[in-house]
Amino acid sequence: MFLASPGALYLLIFFVIPLGLITVYSFATRTSTGRTSLSGWNVESYEAIGDEIILGIIGRSAWLATLTTVLCVAVGYPFAYYIATRPRHVRAVLLVLVMIPFWTNALVRVFAIRFLLGSNGPASALSESLGLGTFRILFTPTAVTIGMVYSFLTFMVLPLYVALERMDWSLTEAARDLYASGAKAFWKVTLPLTRSGIVAGCVLVFVPSFGSYVVPDILGGAKTLLIGSYIARQFRDARNWPLGAALSVLLIVAMLVAVALNQRSGSGAEDGGRPRGRKRRPGQGEAEPVTAVAS
Amino acid sequence: MSARTAAVSSGKGSMRRGRRSRLVLLAATIGAAALVAAACGDDEAAEPAEAEAPATTAAPVEEATGAAACAPGETDGDLAFYNWAEYMDEELLAAFEEQTGINVDYTTYESNEEMLTKVESGAAIYDLIVPSDYMVDTMRREGLLLELNYDAIPNSANIADEFNNPPFDPDHLYHVAYQWGTTGIGLTYDVLDLLGGESTWAVIFDPDTAALVPGSISMLDDAPENVSAALKYLGYSIADVINSQNEDAIREAGEVLRATNDRLLKYDSVTFGDDLVNGEVDVAHGWSGGFALSIFEADAYETHVYTIPAEGGVRWVDTMAIPHNADNVCSAHAMINFLTDAENGAALTNWTYYGSPNAASTPFILEEILEDPGIYPPPEVNARLEFIPHTGDLALLIQDQLTNAKS
Repeated sequence: MFLASPGALYLLIFFVIPLGLITVYSFATRTSTGRTSLSGWNVESYEAIGDEIILGIIGRSAWLATLTTVLCVAVGYPFAYYIATRPRHVRAVLLVLVMIPFWTNALVRVFAIRFLLGSNGPASALSESLGLGTFRILFTPTAVTIGMVYSFLTFMVLPLYVALERMDWSLTEAARDLYASGAKAFWKVTLPLTRSGIVAGCVLVFVPSFGSYVVPDILGGAKTLLIGSYIARQFRDARNWPLGAALSVLLIVAMLVAVALNQRSGSGAEDGGRPRGRKRRPGQGEAEPVTAVAS
Repeated sequence: MSARTAAVSSGKGSMRRGRRSRLVLLAATIGAAALVAAACGDDEAAEPAEAEAPATTAAPVEEATGAAACAPGETDGDLAFYNWAEYMDEELLAAFEEQTGINVDYTTYESNEEMLTKVESGAAIYDLIVPSDYMVDTMRREGLLLELNYDAIPNSANIADEFNNPPFDPDHLYHVAYQWGTTGIGLTYDVLDLLGGESTWAVIFDPDTAALVPGSISMLDDAPENVSAALKYLGYSIADVINSQNEDAIREAGEVLRATNDRLLKYDSVTFGDDLVNGEVDVAHGWSGGFALSIFEADAYETHVYTIPAEGGVRWVDTMAIPHNADNVCSAHAMINFLTDAENGAALTNWTYYGSPNAASTPFILEEILEDPGIYPPPEVNARLEFIPHTGDLALLIQDQLTNAKS
């Protein structure tokens, strides 16, 4: 109890209180000068979310987050699989290579992508030298998608790697011994055993990409409004803090639901993976380490 | 009553003012990235302020009262001066310190909203701030500004008449003009030639005219500015539309913005000047200072130019004002008086390359600045410029127009 108090204090100051304030503000009123009045509680900000335009913004954000997540799985799974199947010392090097961009400021990386994709950048120079003309991709949805996948790929690769690395590979060998084809062994054994890693990765990618606004604004030229930018705009330009707070609460609730679903399906995968794994090597093939990365 | 649009996004500051802006630009964007965190912090900070002063919420229009009794040049302690980033010749501050014997604690901000939040919450106490026109309006209506004692600022007589009766402070009680600039179009001379030598909003808003532009077009990411530009294109007076609460005209402008959205390469309030001189865009809507800086840095005077469209554009002015909770009010008056001195005012403009509101400064301002029509437009162009007035209850409707355009 006593030992837990620093952690509890941390959570109180940096999680409970800010969250409480945001919730309180979401029921407040915007005065006509843009000040937030705490008298006269109301749910108008939540009603405003039902507006067609805001729903459209939420829908677009959800679509982009889904697309990002799917592409991250498609790119990240073979990537993580490759790393996990290398010899131990190669693995360490590859993991460090995955981590290095992760240590770089996210904004710097986004500006780097912007330079790479720009009409004066190397991608354009290459396409021009091949006679394909100027490369016009910056400030399009394609550029946003590339930037999003790049920004969040690490969040997908790491849990997948952990799941694959912890997997009991003798199980796939057994499947092959029993005349399963390589593809079949993958679908029937490897994929189910790493399901918890996939789910954790999806949550880790989907949640931040849903609220992301730096990447769409910088690489998309702010031409398509997404929920993250829209919330930022409420706190800044529109000075409509109650609406911004209400949308933030909505995002937080959506995130909590996603995490809760992850916990559930994570434990489901454990149940499936455990009995067989345990027979061979106790402590292997479990989903806990993945969940630890997630939290 | 009335509202406020926070017309200036955080990027505006860095480009409006800024001679060495690359780092500032990055810092501004990082600042924007930290917004969610900042918003939480602001909430915490704002809470006690609300608790202490519930009356302010009850009566939004609340005049801070009582002009300070200071003699000209009198100081009453070190001066906490909160100004836009890259908007001050530090030598002027040193001269002021030497002259008065007090220290200047000089800090900077990147947007009006950043400054407003600090002053409103009382998170920090400042003696002198530099709000833009519309922000003066917001702050005086919220009772956040102290009435100035113009007797303690004899040099305020140097300010040109055109700056002394602005719509944002009708009784002229709270501010002294600091520097001013405009919002218009930066373009290549090639495009200007295609337009017959006369800049027009049609190059952005009219499909046929915009089709003449070989490259791309960008606009600011700033609802009041974008709506104002569309209103000017449609032939409206911004002031008439806002003052007569003409919602239909604003929606009409919104339709224009919506029809323009797909034609734009991007919305950008930060790098529009650099993107123009780099060739990323051929036509850019933006602030005079941002273009002046980029064209200066790239030495692109032969190829690129900032113009005010024939239909007219937006004019803005930044002002010196004293927050309601300032500690050293007399020192603040002394600094305002110091900066409105004819030679000091000129020194400021010679450093920032923005227009000076100080009529007495003109003989001391560099000729290249006075002769630059992008900084000092000729009178007939000047006549077509308008302030964005206090948008009042229309603020959210104006914000919605840009939101709709992007949907």
